[in-house]
Amino acid sequence: MLSFAFRRLLSAIPTLLVLLALSFALIRVAPGGPFDTEKTIPAEIQERLNETYHLDEPLWQQFFRYLGDLLQGDFGPSFQYKDYTVSELIAAGFPVSLKLGGLAMLLALLVGVSVGTLAALNQNRRTDHVAMGAAMTGISIPNFVLAPLMVLVFAVTLRWLPAGGLNDWQSYVLPVISLALPQIAYIARLTRGSMIEVLRSDYIRTARAQGLPTSEVLLGHALKPALVPIVSYLGPATAGIITGSVVIEQIFGVPGLGRYFVQGALNRDYTLVMGIVVFYGVLIILFNFLVDLAYRWLDPRVKL
Amino acid sequence: MKTPEQSITAENSGAKAADGSVSKAPDNSGAINKGRSLRDDAWDSLRRNRAAMIAMAVMATVVALVLFAPLLSPYDIDSTDWDTISKGPSLVTAHWFGTDDVGRDLFVRTLYGGRISLLVGLAATLVSLVIGIAWGAAAGYAGGKVDQVMMRIVDVLYAMPFMFFVILLMVFFGRNIFLIFIAVGAINWLDMARIVRGQTLSLKRKEFIEAARAGGVSPFNIVRRHIVPNLLGVVVVYVTLTIPQVILVESFLSFLGLGVQEPMTSWGALVNDGAQAMETAPWALIFPAVFLALTLFCFNFIGDGLRDALDPRDRRTN
Repeated sequence: MLSFAFRRLLSAIPTLLVLLALSFALIRVAPGGPFDTEKTIPAEIQERLNETYHLDEPLWQQFFRYLGDLLQGDFGPSFQYKDYTVSELIAAGFPVSLKLGGLAMLLALLVGVSVGTLAALNQNRRTDHVAMGAAMTGISIPNFVLAPLMVLVFAVTLRWLPAGGLNDWQSYVLPVISLALPQIAYIARLTRGSMIEVLRSDYIRTARAQGLPTSEVLLGHALKPALVPIVSYLGPATAGIITGSVVIEQIFGVPGLGRYFVQGALNRDYTLVMGIVVFYGVLIILFNFLVDLAYRWLDPRVKL
Repeated sequence: MKTPEQSITAENSGAKAADGSVSKAPDNSGAINKGRSLRDDAWDSLRRNRAAMIAMAVMATVVALVLFAPLLSPYDIDSTDWDTISKGPSLVTAHWFGTDDVGRDLFVRTLYGGRISLLVGLAATLVSLVIGIAWGAAAGYAGGKVDQVMMRIVDVLYAMPFMFFVILLMVFFGRNIFLIFIAVGAINWLDMARIVRGQTLSLKRKEFIEAARAGGVSPFNIVRRHIVPNLLGVVVVYVTLTIPQVILVESFLSFLGLGVQEPMTSWGALVNDGAQAMETAPWALIFPAVFLALTLFCFNFIGDGLRDALDPRDRRTN
């Protein structure tokens, strides 16, 4: 297990390097600089600025400087928010995003697995059709469509919930639900499929033949093997929630990383944008690594 | 329940049928009536799938509306009707979906927006299709080291937060619609490459490939003439499921204000405009949102139906 973990970690390094090189290249070939303003700055000041931020060095040198700084946990200063470093901005925004995303993920897993299991138990009956119809709706309605619609209904018309901000628990309801819904739908469909497969297997029939109640068959025997595909879906699910958070944070005015990203991109705040891409990229790579470990634990047949 | 061997025969006969050389399944065990190709089976199964058939009808209607948009309304996409600014749907003024805050007709804008959304969906899917098939078929057919390296590249790219890269591209290089095609297509080919490679691996051991190779056909021609045509079943399913994803990505970008630019519009851009005005003009949000959701719905249902119809393994569950 340990050697597997080590090998798996090693194979993440090229992925990481490609991530860094790609985002670095992308940002540097971009037309327009961080200090482009309406009025032209005197050449000397421009030069000084470039010198301070090492923009005058050759590209490869900038890249290695960046890598070196990154290894020390330094994402550099923000080009736009003058008094902050990117690390500080990430430290301020990420806990907010994590809280939203974590709650959404939890909700998605709980509801998705329950709905999927319910559908599998009632395969091809009405409950199944209703659940899968709802799941299809969840997949087909993008969350940036759903979120404003929910605001329209629950915040503007009914006035039950706040339309934005993150002050009390009520203000979490709409953003978390809008983030979770597409994932709930995918997880429900996956769970249904794998649960049907598992429920058909011989050892489940044996368990049933012994007269175990359905709940015990489900929790004691069927759930763990049925969860294997769900676990492997956790990687894409995380990526989906992170991407979703970009618009959801924008819609609900949540001061998280997704919002910083959009603002940073529009302001050409190179270091901030790069920092967030790298940060999330590393997070996803790390998460996929954990998922692979969990996968092996859940299904000992898997050889990686 | 089918045994694995039967599934394999079904796949086998399907491959041959798609190749156009042999249309009858050789050992359709126990079949007294004349042989049925996998394609016949699939078509029957699809026709029995009510959700998929309804979805096709609705989709056809949406496409017709979008195509004939100019004939259906006296207004055009960019002209202001000074008498009706931010007014709700009305039959009297022929603003079927109402107007936006500068008096433009939302019915026309929704349909023209649909043109862009559908166009992006098709074009970007085509891009991902070409790259994905070429990459996957090459890797699968070449095998060995080449295959390993090529698929490792796919794995590495798979872990990239591409949505973020696309946002950056849009910000840096202007909101160019062709860039959207390329960018979105470039994300989606990864799945396609994996699926195509898997299929190619199993196809290349079949006898008819062996025969072609023995007959001296070049590897490129084997892939082009014998492998790719046999992949079409899987690819068709995947394409129907990719189109809604692509439309979604385009809408996502347009929603952030990074997609198509005025005076052109797309469903995502309209939803964005509508969301900002929803307290005073909810119709501006609701109509484009319904069109967008309906389209995604239909493609997903058609894709699911096609998959169930073409996959012999899944048929037993229905």
